[in-house]
Amino acid sequence: MEVKKGIPVSAGFVVGEAFVVDAEEVRISRHFIDSSEAEAEVARFENSLAKASTEIESLQNEAASTIGSEFTSIFDFHKAILADKQLHKEVKERIANNKFSAEYAVSQVLRKHARSMASMENEVFRQRVSDIYDIERRILRNLLGARYEQLKTMADEVVVIASDLTPSQTASLDKTKVKGFATDAGGRTSHTAIVARAVGIPAVVGVGALTADVSGGDIVVIDGTNGIVIINPDERTLAKYRALEADFISFKTKLAEMKDLPAETIDGIEIEIYANIGFPEEVEFALSAGARGIGLYRTEFLFTGESARYDEESQFRAYMEVVRKMGDMPVIIRTMDLGADKAPESISGHTEANPFLGCRSIRYCLEKVDLFKPQLRAILRASAFGNVRVMLPMISSVEEVRRTKQVLADAMDELRERSLSFNETISLGIMIESPSAALTADILAKEVAFFSIGTNDLIQYSLAVDRGNERVASLYQPAHPAILRLVKHVIDTGRAYNIPVAMCGEMSAEVLYTILLLGMGLRNFSVTPVNIREVKKVIRSVTIKEAVEVANAALALTEAKQTESFLKDKTHKIVPHLA
Amino acid sequence: MNKAVSASKRVKLVNENGLHARPATRFVETASKFASDITITKDGQVVNGKSVIEILTLGASAGTFLTITAVGNDAREAVKALCALIRNEFLE
Repeated sequence: MEVKKGIPVSAGFVVGEAFVVDAEEVRISRHFIDSSEAEAEVARFENSLAKASTEIESLQNEAASTIGSEFTSIFDFHKAILADKQLHKEVKERIANNKFSAEYAVSQVLRKHARSMASMENEVFRQRVSDIYDIERRILRNLLGARYEQLKTMADEVVVIASDLTPSQTASLDKTKVKGFATDAGGRTSHTAIVARAVGIPAVVGVGALTADVSGGDIVVIDGTNGIVIINPDERTLAKYRALEADFISFKTKLAEMKDLPAETIDGIEIEIYANIGFPEEVEFALSAGARGIGLYRTEFLFTGESARYDEESQFRAYMEVVRKMGDMPVIIRTMDLGADKAPESISGHTEANPFLGCRSIRYCLEKVDLFKPQLRAILRASAFGNVRVMLPMISSVEEVRRTKQVLADAMDELRERSLSFNETISLGIMIESPSAALTADILAKEVAFFSIGTNDLIQYSLAVDRGNERVASLYQPAHPAILRLVKHVIDTGRAYNIPVAMCGEMSAEVLYTILLLGMGLRNFSVTPVNIREVKKVIRSVTIKEAVEVANAALALTEAKQTESFLKDKTHKIVPHLA
Repeated sequence: MNKAVSASKRVKLVNENGLHARPATRFVETASKFASDITITKDGQVVNGKSVIEILTLGASAGTFLTITAVGNDAREAVKALCALIRNEFLE
């Protein structure tokens, strides 16, 4: 048994068979076989060689017709290696004598030769090392191909262990079979974390050298609530986690039954529940969880990371993927919300002493109009195909809204010149996430079509607390009277000016605050897909009258801790199975 | 049964890059046409002359002296053909 700690990014418990994915390929497990299996293992090896050889043959033909046959002799070399009898002998000996699996034997033999080539003085020989690895991967792919299918069909309790998962890798995984994720690298906003939360399965990231220590087929516990990964747990640990897993599954099943029920209070007031997403592939899950719209489509991921693709066309394609899947339902696309430090084309050495109070988000966009306009054009173009709305982050004064409207008008003109269609009356809304925006909501309400309260930043800016700073993180309090008053003020102002107010910050996804927010008049909750069902369950268990009473009582309290325990108590009484 | 014939010859690598991927592939192609067992010796290191991967591990660069040895009925022909291949710079 080996216990490892990482960052908990998606809550829940799971025990399952490990499915190890390398940065590049499915990893070989260090499996040993039974003497009786040796013959079958040799046959698998020979079969994989034949397949690999056929692949190379067709690659060679393809290359000959595109780049000319004089450049294809490297494939002769690959074929010669695959046909190398000495190599076959070495692999077969390891299978027969050492009882290695075919994968392990192939990997060992080829890597031995690769190492000896890598140590040579002559550059020409060292360059061949990559060919040997290429051949190794090709054989392994063919060997593991069959096993991969097997894994998919036989085990429905696969936990995926990876160094890190690329979006395309996550997309290719059969998510109905994946019961958990654990990765070497990554943080709270890594792709794996986001997908895991979206799909609602336990995940722990940033574990360190995990892929090196787990072999395919090991039993692994992923405790996404506490950030713990246990490799080959002992009997007692296993029993404990199996029980936790059973509870977790029955809880999820109960919530799943909520999916098609309307988000309606007992007294018949309909509430909108939208989903927050960061990637187009999260849409399916959002819909299956019962989302009636996308309340926050974060576009930052298009601008960051190695696969950044922020030109107009790439953005348009990404937005269209979401729009197409959502049909007529609203899709609120938030323009780039990045600090200058993370934004593309940032000038190196451009460091700010205080990035949270610096040139970020809408400020950066208005400074870099050449970056902002293509995004607005891409959003506008997508608006011709669905119910698309634009939302601006980090607004702190009405000038920013007015300036953005000018840029938006320019973007529209440019599209007209290109004869591209878009929604001429597209809704423009803003995030309310700075105290100044909350306090001037009446001024802003005259300029925009909707508000969405971003509680994460609103709390940090209002309470002057960096919640990433452990020493003050406990001062980050959504239930602080200042926050409740600001939220109430924004909701009331929206109502007075007849514009819709949503909340897309984490506070709206926490069931502890659902009754309070309903009571304060919030009618649109935009939450992470996995939280939709819980929030809906609370909504369906309460009347507006009850909620207003709770809100009034909560607003009269003076300390956040009191308010929290009051809300916990009320929520527990109204929805006993939840908390 | 015929008595196995053995033949051997020392030869210098004259092509530019020595016994690298393509020449090694050509060498094995030619060697495989013969029934004899064929080995290449370089500074006491002996490898199977019909194995590309072993030949590569010799790391034989231009100017290296190799000894080609064949054991079998067609040993003489094999050594002759392989030495010709090397002298002709692997027909590249």
